[in-house]
Amino acid sequence: MSGDPPGIGAPRPHRGEGGTVAELARSLQARSATSQEVTERCLAQIGERDPSINAFITVLADDAREQARAADRDIAAGRYRGPLHGVPISLKDLIDLRGMPTTAASRVRRGHVAAHDAVVSARLRAAGAVFVGKTNLHEFALGTTNEDSAYGPVHHPLDPTRSPGGSSGGSAAAILADMCYASIGSDTGGSIRIPSAACGLVGLKPAFGEIPLDGVVPLSTTFDHVGPLCRSVEDAAILYQTLAGVSNPAPLKARDLNGLRLGVPRGYLFAVLDPEIAARFDEACDRLTTAGAILDEVAIPHAADAPTIYVHVALPEAAACHAKTLESHPEDYTANVRLRLEMARYILGEDYVRAMRGRDVLISEVNAALHRRDGVLLPTLPVPAVKLGAATVSVGATEEPVRAVTLRLTQPFNITGHPAITMPCGRTHDGLPAGAQLVGMDTLALLSVASAIEKVLQPL
Amino acid sequence: MTIAEWLENALKDADRRNLPALAPLLQGLAKSTIALRAADWNLNLSSELPETPSTHVG
Repeated sequence: MSGDPPGIGAPRPHRGEGGTVAELARSLQARSATSQEVTERCLAQIGERDPSINAFITVLADDAREQARAADRDIAAGRYRGPLHGVPISLKDLIDLRGMPTTAASRVRRGHVAAHDAVVSARLRAAGAVFVGKTNLHEFALGTTNEDSAYGPVHHPLDPTRSPGGSSGGSAAAILADMCYASIGSDTGGSIRIPSAACGLVGLKPAFGEIPLDGVVPLSTTFDHVGPLCRSVEDAAILYQTLAGVSNPAPLKARDLNGLRLGVPRGYLFAVLDPEIAARFDEACDRLTTAGAILDEVAIPHAADAPTIYVHVALPEAAACHAKTLESHPEDYTANVRLRLEMARYILGEDYVRAMRGRDVLISEVNAALHRRDGVLLPTLPVPAVKLGAATVSVGATEEPVRAVTLRLTQPFNITGHPAITMPCGRTHDGLPAGAQLVGMDTLALLSVASAIEKVLQPL
Repeated sequence: MTIAEWLENALKDADRRNLPALAPLLQGLAKSTIALRAADWNLNLSSELPETPSTHVG
């Protein structure tokens, strides 16, 4: 760990060779760098670091080299496609890439080969992205630590005894360890934002329904989202627009912080916070206020009901997706994931309906919290990256279950479908990253606000 | 079905299916379902008479 002082604006815990997608795009367009050079660097990082991190399930070295050669050839010939052209990225291995296995980190999907690209893969391919590989995850995205994977756990690049978070943990670890510039993950209860926060990255869950899920292994049809993990809000905007089908992503314009109105939902959502995470968040609020933002307290009265609503919707939907394979080869699931899916099969239809009514209540309350405000601001993950193998984690003087505490601040916004983004928000005395989460009504507007906040929280 | 009845049946079924490790998960789920059914938005659903919907489909 670094001996640098903790806090907001402290040097990034690790950046290595990798810059942002936007920085690389400028170099590639100006031909001061080539896609082949940066792709080789990423592949070398994978070769050097992945044996101990385990971020990748499949490395696509030959294909990546071929795509990089084609990108350099096209750019040199004046056929520049935009800011992802020639940029090495990865995909969470529940997203189809034609001709490649989509394992979802499960033995259940042994032998699968995708016949077609997922819609998001096709859009990234059309934008000229270079796919260096497919990343490890919590099996079928049903967990927040990446420990339950047929391919073994992912280790945090800053501390191999810790989880990088999940379920898109391989994606986050791959970026943090400079194995790629960005990754595409999925988020059903926080699976983009949790690992992004644990690894000091930016992670965006767009609004529900904006990004097509065709070709993405489902977990919960009501709560599933696809989005980017990356190193800056500017990169998130580039990737989001590409995933949404915009062929020529518009540059992101940061909002003016002066007069920006942000609600802070103290109460249940702040009741279980590691003291250092709370301190970093309070420092962030002070910085924003000093910069002219207007922060006030907002209520989300039924936030405490989010876990029970979530369980009674997400799990039966997951069980429906897995019913056939739970019957035909249950032994191919990891033990914990199989048990959670089996538990889900006992949830009654009437309770699913009750939970869906609760979802409507929460949507109304988050809409009300955002009324005449530019966003709702809260921490992303209540604790720093947790130890691998831990069932509970200390939060102040109490022990909390890892699953519940890691989902606590993100799952409410899967239930409501509002767009939400996490940004780096300093780090702890141990050098572990903290994240701040911004929630909004509209994804592009959220990104403009996040861009302004990012500059205050973590100057690059 | 009450939650107590549901839990009893679920535990028996899990045992029959040779899944004893499900017991603590089902007990935890029962607590969560109690909280769900007690939520204030369910007051109409738990009244003795069914609600009259404002619109009918079909």
